[in-house]
Amino acid sequence: MTGGMGTAETTITLNGAKVTGQAPADTTLVRWLREQAHAYEVKEGCNEGTCGTCTVLVDGRAATGCTTLAVQVDGATVETSASLADGEELSPLQAKIWENGAAQCGFCTQGMLMSAVELLRSGVEVTPAVVREHLHGNLCRCTGYQAIVDAVVDAAAEGATR
Amino acid sequence: MTETLSSRTASTTRVVNQAVPRRDSHEKLRGRTRYAGDVDIAGQLHARLVRSPVPSARIVARDASAALQVPGVVAVLFGEDVPNNEIPTNTAGIKGRPLPPSWVLAVERVRYHGEPVALIVAESPRALAAAEALVEVEYDVLPVVSDPERALEPGSPEVHEGGNLLSQWRIDRGDVDRAFAEAPIVVEGSYEAQVVDHAYLELETGIGWLDDEGVINIKASTQEIEHYRRIAHIVGLPDSKVRVQAPYLGGGFGGKEDMTVEPYIALAVQRTGRPVKMVWSRQESLTARAKRHPVRMRYRTAAAADGTLLAHDIEIVSDAGAYPLLSGFVLLYITLNAAGPYRCDNVRVHSRAAYTNNTPGSAFRGFGGMQPVLAYEAQIDRVADAAGRDRVEVRKANAFVVGDRIPAGQRIETAVWLPQCIDAVLEAIGPRPEPSSPEHRVGLGLACNVQPYGRVAWMNDSASAWVGCERDGGVVVRCGVPDVGGGQVSSLAQIAAEVLHVPMDSVTVHFGDSARTPLAGRTTATRQLYMSGNAVLSAAEELRGQLLEGVAQVTGQPVSELTLTEGGVLTPGGVVPLAEVVAMCLASGVAINAMRTYFAPTGEPVTELVDSERIVPDFTFGAHAAYVEVDTRTGQVRPLRYVAAHDVGRAINPLSVRGQIQGAVVQGIGYALTERIVYDEGVNLTGAFYQYAIPTAADCPEIEVAILESGEGVGPFHARGIGEPPIGPCAATLASAVEDAVGARPATLPMLAETVLACVDQGGRA
Ligand code: FES
Ligand code: FES
Repeated sequence: MTGGMGTAETTITLNGAKVTGQAPADTTLVRWLREQAHAYEVKEGCNEGTCGTCTVLVDGRAATGCTTLAVQVDGATVETSASLADGEELSPLQAKIWENGAAQCGFCTQGMLMSAVELLRSGVEVTPAVVREHLHGNLCRCTGYQAIVDAVVDAAAEGATR
Repeated sequence: MTETLSSRTASTTRVVNQAVPRRDSHEKLRGRTRYAGDVDIAGQLHARLVRSPVPSARIVARDASAALQVPGVVAVLFGEDVPNNEIPTNTAGIKGRPLPPSWVLAVERVRYHGEPVALIVAESPRALAAAEALVEVEYDVLPVVSDPERALEPGSPEVHEGGNLLSQWRIDRGDVDRAFAEAPIVVEGSYEAQVVDHAYLELETGIGWLDDEGVINIKASTQEIEHYRRIAHIVGLPDSKVRVQAPYLGGGFGGKEDMTVEPYIALAVQRTGRPVKMVWSRQESLTARAKRHPVRMRYRTAAAADGTLLAHDIEIVSDAGAYPLLSGFVLLYITLNAAGPYRCDNVRVHSRAAYTNNTPGSAFRGFGGMQPVLAYEAQIDRVADAAGRDRVEVRKANAFVVGDRIPAGQRIETAVWLPQCIDAVLEAIGPRPEPSSPEHRVGLGLACNVQPYGRVAWMNDSASAWVGCERDGGVVVRCGVPDVGGGQVSSLAQIAAEVLHVPMDSVTVHFGDSARTPLAGRTTATRQLYMSGNAVLSAAEELRGQLLEGVAQVTGQPVSELTLTEGGVLTPGGVVPLAEVVAMCLASGVAINAMRTYFAPTGEPVTELVDSERIVPDFTFGAHAAYVEVDTRTGQVRPLRYVAAHDVGRAINPLSVRGQIQGAVVQGIGYALTERIVYDEGVNLTGAFYQYAIPTAADCPEIEVAILESGEGVGPFHARGIGEPPIGPCAATLASAVEDAVGARPATLPMLAETVLACVDQGGRA
């Protein structure tokens, strides 16, 4: 049932907690996160590395979970959009997105947030053009991007890193 | 980003007409929202379709025995295993010819690439993948027809018996031939638009299970929970034995209006008695799910010397693909909207939809109101040029006014703020940017549109909603709307909060459940705010009356002395908190909930010759302007700045309105510049997402929105629908901008480099 690959034990520090799972060695990170760690906030939109919906931070770098195998990141730290809010309270970036109406269907949002967090943490000067360039791997079919760009610029102006 | 708001009257509302963050976005941002694909049930099975690899063939043999040997495979179903394999067709066809059904699973022949042939049910996705290649289907390949005009020629291979004409409509108003004979100006043009995909990010997904009542439950990403009846028919159960729930969707845009996963999940649940999950891959979605209709449009337009439109003679052919789906209705919308937002007394339209062996066409945001914009906006520019008049002035002079009839016969009953929309975008677009090199040209484009909202009159459309109070004073709304991501649910909460004077947070909305929320119809046709919004408004108003009545009964104050206010009912003796008001109602036998149904205006079905007083409920008008930069060496078109204005009657939530408009603009930019599904003799070559170029943040310009409020829509608080209208003008706006930049106008979408370079050559400004 595993295509002759065998299963692998993988341990990931997911949003601060250690998670260990047994899955076939060819399991992608996005499927592993959803199926082994029940991290349903991580979405899959194409399974070929095009849409960015499955973007998570692996050791602080944005990566598409559908083109990364779980075994490749054994021992790594993974952050998803569920790590950003403080309980009920949205993170500063999330709050800006909320206020700007920049999450419509909310499906791209999970990956979009993580790419934006990577940018906010990078220390690069955040202008609308920089945001657009940085988010070009995260497709959104609902918002037209304008509200997202505005929200990230606003968040950066307030020194937000999450 | 700035935003223009112009309003006839100052807003007197507290919650409605305020830019409040949407209630659903909060949980979406926290990653807590459970979409259909985020539900797993212990012991669930998985299902997958085997699809035809060829666009046209006779099915000679099918054999599942090898697939059934794969460990974990539970069942393989063919068409014969489906209780009612025919999906009844619900669209408008040609008179006197029954429409061919579509099939849940093809039995005798396949008519398009990707058509479902078998359903595999297994313990795991891996077992499904292993079994897929082992389901043996032998095809005897038949001739393919993939060009709609060729399909209509005699002797073409027949997709369905009886010829390839699916439906046709005509408009014949006034005396077109005489108008052309006498007109000083006649302009002609041919226009063509391509097949595009909805490309929402959430794929077609659902999960089903059997409950203790013997009801097949399906939780799916769908715009239409009322397919439960159709699903029940397919599995041979009474309607009441199928329940469909639509949790928040990750986008729909019309692509989840027809059924996708639902009948297959129902069949698999019925066969196995176990929970079953089905997720389509992006490849399946791109290859096989219904698309936007490509069209060819030939226009002749006559005008007086001053640019007053005198006549249109319009021929349109649309490619319906292999099965009818909603093609007849989409073609009707193309026909209705063919002459655009301009008065014209002599109009002839002949539109035809042809079967081909391409992917079926069906609903997509804009629904036929979209394709003709490219044509009618080019035609009015040509008329203005021929008359030697300003394009803006000619638009304003020809724009509908209240009381005018559209060519299909219906009168315009509410304000037409087309001139105001044009002024708004021209004011906001700002100064012309400098080209980035001597090889670049910058151009300004302008286009307008009209798009109906609400369903056609003979659908007898209705939407129901229930609004009630909890004993703690909380408000509950129950309404069967599917929320596709446009804020449908949040707007209903706003309306209830407004009427009942409670904060948004104290309104809970149960939605999208065919068994437990009053049915409100599909989230399509820009109808939900209009229909469900009106239903919630009237139910909430009734509840308000009940609350006042309860207080009157207990206190002896006449109702006329009482008003609902923040926190409760204001009486001469002070404010009675809502929880106490509820107790008073219950103590005096006054109900604390109301269910209301809103009925849209009805009318007789149109005939093939379309001429009717009542076809749609109302219209939304808009204008867009954009600067683009054209690279005269490569033919690349880059939008630099974009402004869109629509009269939305009244914006229930300006934040949502702005979002709808900006999102539609980017979808429209993709349609104009890059998106297309490519076929080779019926074989869909666009099977991967990287091959289908939807715009990224880096491709898009700054988009400014002007929300105009005439206060004259037929929705709640005089709102108009805005979900679909703003996608209409984009392609025409960019074509007009390219023309301004290089001197010739693209007439074929998408505006690929070779098309634009041909314009550069023709324009002679390189
Ligand atoms: S799902 Fe990973 S990039 Fe699309
Ligand atoms: S909000 Fe729907 S795809 Fe971005």
